[in-house]
Amino acid sequence: MSEAVAIAVEPRGDPRKIGMIAFLASEGAFFSTLLVGYVVYLGKSIVGPTPREVLSLPLVVGTTACLLASSYTVDRAVRALRTGTGGFARWWAATIALGVAFLAGTAYEWYGLIATHGLTLGTNLFGTTFFTLVGFHAAHVTAGVIMLLTVLRLWRRGHLPRREPVAVTLTAWYWHFVDGVWVVVFTVVYVVGR
Amino acid sequence: MSIAAPELTTERRPLSAALHEWVVTVDHKKIGVMYVVMAIAFLLVGGLEAVLIRVQLLWPRADFLPPVTFNQFFTLHGTTMVFFVGMPILIGIANYLVPLQVGARDMAFPRLNALGFWVTLFGGLLVYASFFMPGGPPSMGWFAYAPLTEKTFARGPGVDCWALGLIVSGVGTVAAGVNFIATILTMRAPGMKLRQVPFFTWTILGTSIQILVALPPLTAALIMLMLDRHAGAHFFDPQAGGSAYLWQHLFWFFGHPEVYILVLPAFGMISEVIPVFSRKVLFGYEFMALATMAIVFISLGVWAHHMFTVGMSRTLDMWFAGASFLVAIPTGIKMFNWLATLYGGKLVMKSPMLFALGFLSMFLIGGLTGVILACAAVDFQLHDTYFVVGHFHWVLIGGTLFGVFAGIHYWYPKVTGRMLSERLAKWQFWLLFIGFILTFAPMHVAGVLGMPRRIYTYEPDRGWAIWNQLATLGAFIQVPSYLIFAINLVWSLWKGKPAGDDPWDAWTLEWATTSPPPPYNFESNPVVRSRRPLWDLKHPDDPDWKYE
Repeated sequence: MSEAVAIAVEPRGDPRKIGMIAFLASEGAFFSTLLVGYVVYLGKSIVGPTPREVLSLPLVVGTTACLLASSYTVDRAVRALRTGTGGFARWWAATIALGVAFLAGTAYEWYGLIATHGLTLGTNLFGTTFFTLVGFHAAHVTAGVIMLLTVLRLWRRGHLPRREPVAVTLTAWYWHFVDGVWVVVFTVVYVVGR
Repeated sequence: MSIAAPELTTERRPLSAALHEWVVTVDHKKIGVMYVVMAIAFLLVGGLEAVLIRVQLLWPRADFLPPVTFNQFFTLHGTTMVFFVGMPILIGIANYLVPLQVGARDMAFPRLNALGFWVTLFGGLLVYASFFMPGGPPSMGWFAYAPLTEKTFARGPGVDCWALGLIVSGVGTVAAGVNFIATILTMRAPGMKLRQVPFFTWTILGTSIQILVALPPLTAALIMLMLDRHAGAHFFDPQAGGSAYLWQHLFWFFGHPEVYILVLPAFGMISEVIPVFSRKVLFGYEFMALATMAIVFISLGVWAHHMFTVGMSRTLDMWFAGASFLVAIPTGIKMFNWLATLYGGKLVMKSPMLFALGFLSMFLIGGLTGVILACAAVDFQLHDTYFVVGHFHWVLIGGTLFGVFAGIHYWYPKVTGRMLSERLAKWQFWLLFIGFILTFAPMHVAGVLGMPRRIYTYEPDRGWAIWNQLATLGAFIQVPSYLIFAINLVWSLWKGKPAGDDPWDAWTLEWATTSPPPPYNFESNPVVRSRRPLWDLKHPDDPDWKYE
């Protein structure tokens, strides 16, 4: 095996990054299924309320803006680490704040739907599919916020390497993914399906 | 060969310490062995259920089993064999071999790997916990068509145990898929290009892609089912506008790729065994590799051939029939490549080769009955008859199980350092081969004569009795085969001939290390220049890399 010198070692990816991509692909398949459920049952409810009657566009445009902005801030945070210009913690914390704002908006929306309009999982097919789809997305945002908080804490305590630790990169990827899913959910539920 | 030390130390320690070591291990080899042991245990349980089903069908109007028990047994039999035998045994063998074949020290994520095994095991136990629940195990069949699974028709917690068990084990399967992809793409030995990985590893890459795409939709569908049952949702509840049809689509979108998840690794094992026991290189590696990926992607678009009789539409029927015919083409390419590998080879008729040849002959027939069923017009007649039961057992036993047995007989010496008994292996093979044909061939006839699957009993004047009796006789011939296999595995552990590092004079990296391999697999990083690194080492005068 002394001929090792003759072998050009090809560059190999980081297993953690490849693993994250593979995991996000499976998440994509999961959300696609929930979306199929939503689209298939669009307009098939036997009783009301319908999406047009109860979904409030201004509120959701606001939460959507929060989530889109958070993709920008998380990207700024990662770039701050990559270029060493500082400000990582600030951009990262801003992402968390925007994520929490999105969740608060969703909670407010759900409160209105449940308390004012009486729409629950069991009301009709719209309630069934809407709460499942949006709920699983919100659960993923919640998980993302917890991940962001964990990374921030580890960073502050100096447990992460200073130059673009992979935990930061992968959390950012996850966050972009959750954001991307929301773009599709928003389009399907609030734009096309309303 | 200087690394036999770990074995010596385990023998001296008390049982609890050894047990503790297995429970906390993150070593891919130990996890692989645990997967396989778990799968074999479930194989015996699922096999017992099958035997009881066959006894019930031995005579017209028999009442050996109560009807509900009969339904519970075919439900558990299917669920067990697919989720807790087929997938774990393949994932387990791959767990053991993929890092060795690519020259890595472990999987990319060892702890995720351990998690995957334990949730798969507990998923299986959760399904079987339904025995202790009021109402007992679920009785709706393994594909669980709605609305049979809704609260209205299944009040007890059996369906919940089943759904939760599959959700939990599904998480483990996805974890394994993620792990294999990361391992194969990033942890290959220096010099090993992606188009030089051993063929088994290549098929595991394909299977993992399918796992990532096909398993999550099942998880989503099962979650919908649980929401229906416990949170008042209406996904599969026709009274509120929900649809049983959606469940069928979602289930089979998982269910059909699933059969390729179950068979691609068997293709991989056959593709390792046939070259070594023909003393030739695998014929047409590139075409085999492309055919594998073609199967991976085409098979994602064939699922509704399970649903021709639902009344979809002529367009959909034609699409899914066409796609199903299409997938036979890459499979046919593989078949011819295996034959071309055998052609002109110096065949060594040891047990792995025997099972490989069993695979070639039986899988061919199973594949052809699949093409028959893919004709929508024929399927209208044969749908949900015993012809279908005969077909998919022919594929899953004739394909997957014969492939797995070839693989286990091939790699057992590597895992244990001992050879399996050839004598017992030959008994196992011939009993299985004869018993298998006798069990499942008559089912095709019964199906053509109109016997529906899953019926609890039948009338004597239908002419089905003889075919059922032959099938049950075949089942009883198969039983000793599995027992001999289990005995051989245990007996050879102590009494088998010492195997040495490379008993078959093979060419892939797993044979370069000791048997069993040390925890770190290789003393130094192997360097690879061709598809047969060990050939290059053994024949420095005529290495493969000059020609590849």
